[in-house]
Amino acid sequence: MPTVSVKRDLLFEALGQKYTDEEFDELCFEFGLELDEITSEKEILSREQGDEKAEGASDVVLYKIDVPANRYDLLCLEGLVRGLQVFKEKLEAPRYKRRLVITEETASVRPHAVAAVLRNITFTQERYESFIELQEKLHQNICRKRTLVAIGTHDLDTISGPFTYTAKPPGDIRFKPLNQSKEYTAAELMSHYKTDSHLRHYLHIMENEPLYPIIYDSNGIVLSMPPIINGDHSKISLNTKNIFIECTATDLTKAKITLDMIVTMFSEYCDEPFTCVSSYTLCIELAYRTETLSGDFINKRVGINESAESIAQLLTRMCLRSEVSGEGDLIQVEIPPTRADVIHACDIMEDAAIAYGFNNIFRSTPRTYTVANQLPLNKLTELLRQDLAAAGFTEALTFALCSQEDIADKLRKNIVETRAVHISNPKTAEFQVVRTCLLPGLLKTLAANRKMPLPLKLFEISDVVLKDETKDVGARNNRRLCAVYYNKSPGFEVIHGLLDRVMQLLDVKPGRNQGYHIQAAEDSTFFPGRCAEIFSCGKSIGHLGVLHPDVISRFELTMPCSAIDIDIEPFL
Amino acid sequence: MLICSDWMLSPRFTADVTSCPFPRPSQGDSSMADTGLLESLLRLLETVDDGTDSQDVAADLGVDHQVIVGAVKSLQALGEVISTEQKSSKHWELTGEGREIAEQGSHEARVFNAIPDEGLPQNELMKMPSGKVGFSKAMSNKWIRLDKAHEGGPRVFKTVETIEDTVRDKLQLVQKGQSAKLEDKEKNDLKKRKLLSEVTVKSYWITKGSSFSTTITKQETELTPEMIASGIWKEKTFKPYNFEAMGVAADCGHLHPLMKVRTQFRQIFLEMGFTEMPTNNFIESSFWNFDSLFQPQQHPARDQHDTFFISDPALAHEFPQDYLERVKKVHSEGGYGSQGYKYDWKIEEAQKNLLRTHTTAVSARMLYKLAQQKFTPVKYFSIDRVFRNETLDATHLAEFHQIEGVVADYGLTLGNLMGVLHQFFTKLGITKLRFKPAYNPYTEPSMEVFSYHEGLKKWVEVGNSGVFRPEMLLPMGLPEGVSVIAWGLSLERPTMIKYGINNIRELVGHKVNLQMVYDSPICRLDS
Repeated sequence: MPTVSVKRDLLFEALGQKYTDEEFDELCFEFGLELDEITSEKEILSREQGDEKAEGASDVVLYKIDVPANRYDLLCLEGLVRGLQVFKEKLEAPRYKRRLVITEETASVRPHAVAAVLRNITFTQERYESFIELQEKLHQNICRKRTLVAIGTHDLDTISGPFTYTAKPPGDIRFKPLNQSKEYTAAELMSHYKTDSHLRHYLHIMENEPLYPIIYDSNGIVLSMPPIINGDHSKISLNTKNIFIECTATDLTKAKITLDMIVTMFSEYCDEPFTCVSSYTLCIELAYRTETLSGDFINKRVGINESAESIAQLLTRMCLRSEVSGEGDLIQVEIPPTRADVIHACDIMEDAAIAYGFNNIFRSTPRTYTVANQLPLNKLTELLRQDLAAAGFTEALTFALCSQEDIADKLRKNIVETRAVHISNPKTAEFQVVRTCLLPGLLKTLAANRKMPLPLKLFEISDVVLKDETKDVGARNNRRLCAVYYNKSPGFEVIHGLLDRVMQLLDVKPGRNQGYHIQAAEDSTFFPGRCAEIFSCGKSIGHLGVLHPDVISRFELTMPCSAIDIDIEPFL
Repeated sequence: MLICSDWMLSPRFTADVTSCPFPRPSQGDSSMADTGLLESLLRLLETVDDGTDSQDVAADLGVDHQVIVGAVKSLQALGEVISTEQKSSKHWELTGEGREIAEQGSHEARVFNAIPDEGLPQNELMKMPSGKVGFSKAMSNKWIRLDKAHEGGPRVFKTVETIEDTVRDKLQLVQKGQSAKLEDKEKNDLKKRKLLSEVTVKSYWITKGSSFSTTITKQETELTPEMIASGIWKEKTFKPYNFEAMGVAADCGHLHPLMKVRTQFRQIFLEMGFTEMPTNNFIESSFWNFDSLFQPQQHPARDQHDTFFISDPALAHEFPQDYLERVKKVHSEGGYGSQGYKYDWKIEEAQKNLLRTHTTAVSARMLYKLAQQKFTPVKYFSIDRVFRNETLDATHLAEFHQIEGVVADYGLTLGNLMGVLHQFFTKLGITKLRFKPAYNPYTEPSMEVFSYHEGLKKWVEVGNSGVFRPEMLLPMGLPEGVSVIAWGLSLERPTMIKYGINNIRELVGHKVNLQMVYDSPICRLDS
């Protein structure tokens, strides 16, 4: 969830009202925002870098507000204020106007580009900062760290159209990048920015491309080399009056949304507010769309009983201008370009519910009649757990993810034989594979509790995961029961006794054919001659035995240990 | 001297099992003082109505006070035969040297007595054990004189015929327990000469108990089968138990607290008529985990930073083909009244296997299955593991348990969702709820559920909920009028609150504190 940081006093000035922190928090809650933190630059600096660094920093109160991830229209002070003012019926939702010309577009590497102009804008320090901040927020969110969309903003008075968006080999591109004193080729720039703490994160997007995207004006001046850096020539400042905004993208829809967002937010500060003048080569859309739906639909989905007129009023408060059309209870809803999140009638229905107030909706129990069923596998698990605890074993709860070493080397097994599912992007070795048996988790639990009085008797009934080509995803879970006995003597008889008890609980009698029996087996995890395979109704269901001394020491244990591991799915 | 200890408190059997931590009575009664002495003590006590001091008893019976203290303890163990009160008193006692003097006379007297009428050479006198001290004292008492000019060296002569050895007399008085007859100054002088010392004695004031008797009945420790068979228990008295001691720990296994809470949540869903979903499939395809839920392919949750992807087996290879086409269309072009996300939907993304990030992937499979038959209303639940490739901290692990509830029926409203949530949380003992608009890619409306925390005096988030989007339900083939409401929460958070655990690693995983598991109470969520 993105967080927007705004100066409290500026916010209240823009809202034309002062709130207490509690009142503002309440307003946020109703609107679906969250006042996450009340802080100041000084406080943030002092927390992150210590009191000394914070010396002299601003102690103007900042509100950090969490905004829903799909509401790009609330990512800046301007959008927040507009949204809240309309919600509070203090402002009518503005209409955003557009004029545009579309011409050529030549790129193959970053196929889409859209652009717009904001004329006669007046920046103040705060507005300027907000403008820069919004671009950064958009880059991090909808633009997916510039991979989908990259934004460039320019002082229009320093450049002249028409503009050309093209792509060239990096060696052929040469310009003075933003805030640098000399010209570089694109290839030089890539190595120059390798050490730049901010820009280096974006280099990979272009790195291996044969052609780099580039935007020139009619005089061959480089505006920007998206998605990496703008040219220095056209950089904007506090004094900039006319702004040229371009968005290049791999996703046209996202590019349009991003551009619409910047334009609609900051056209407020133009001489002709909410007007976007576009006279150049690329395209800009500020598309309004009208949806028609019935009051009955809203009432039935939300569970309220409002007239079509009052629903239209509710929606208008959410920046969705609505009118009753006159045909029955049909309502015409206009979706502005700021509300890219509204893609279905259900989104409109939600806005009506928010404006009505979630907490004003009558809470009613549905009449849905159903009979409950337990999943047989979980039912069996629940019953067995109870009785294993009654048999003196304590339940452990261990991780499903572990290292390759845990399920292979430490158990004296080969990783290939384990049929383990491997994770492609583990941050640490702890998350390399999904466990193929419960034993490592139990042994690690023993190791972490060596100070406890002996004997330690642990069990777990849970799922392991094995590769299985017959399944659509190529793997399946397997519910297993594992138990360990850890003491000064191996206690094979204790673990064997537990097997007898489990079989008794499952109503399987000792015996070769219809019953269960164990027979000597070799398994590298166990001490030679101290391992047996367990058969039930002629089918192998697992092993029990005394663990191999190497296994014991690899899990940092010091005492003998016996274990049992069985599949419980055959007993369903 | 008696050192006061807390033998009254533990172990359960008094007096005779002081070293055993458990209240098992020992079979023998080795420290019981001999019955003869006990009965003598009791007979003595019979003659005094208002009680007697254990020191006096020792004097009367002519035994050491410590022996009497032992006897008193033995009698205490017999129940209410005697009652005692501890007291401490000071008294004067002879030092080793003092006892020697009381026996053999003071040093000065011994010197005087050693001198014959014709006198004794001083150097010989000084060879006596008492010589040095005795000589100077006898000189200052003017019992003797020294003739330095005597021929053959200095010689000592008696100056009086007889002497009175008052030091010895005084010490003998103290020895007889009559120190009171001496003046304080006299006692202090003797103390200075290290002949007397003042000691504090802890003793008992013994009075008759409620079941006083002059005969000793040996108390039994425990009831035996023989006593029951013979009926002899009727004549026996039994040692009192020490009810302050802890019992022996029960010999049993224990269920894990998180699993105990899981059992309760299962129970709640079953009570509400919800059927359990098969969630035993940790590996899921991106298709069921994301695409079927109308979560776009560029959504941040589908990033490497948030989701564990699988390298082997890397891809899922079987999908319901018609349904897959409908999902592709609704993402890339829209339909079912939706604008769609308008991007190039790729099967390659959908095929990528992952560790499911939510059990909603299973809900999607179940709802799809439901849509393939004639629609009947359902209520589903699940509680199982989900996985997130997130940054770990004291409350977040890479895997946790998600609790999920789903209701599908015609005409369900947002108000119905709130109603179900109200009932669900009431069963958890939470009645004050409010709802905040939120965003979730597959539900619309989406609501975060907050409950008022009486302890913290504020609203805290307890779950997430919403109505599944038509773009998710309609491609599955569910009828148009059917709404599906759902909610979810984590199992770990309520468990940590319930059992007062601050670090999730102490609860989940191998670093669990087993003592915590052993000690954790049963789980009743509503109390």
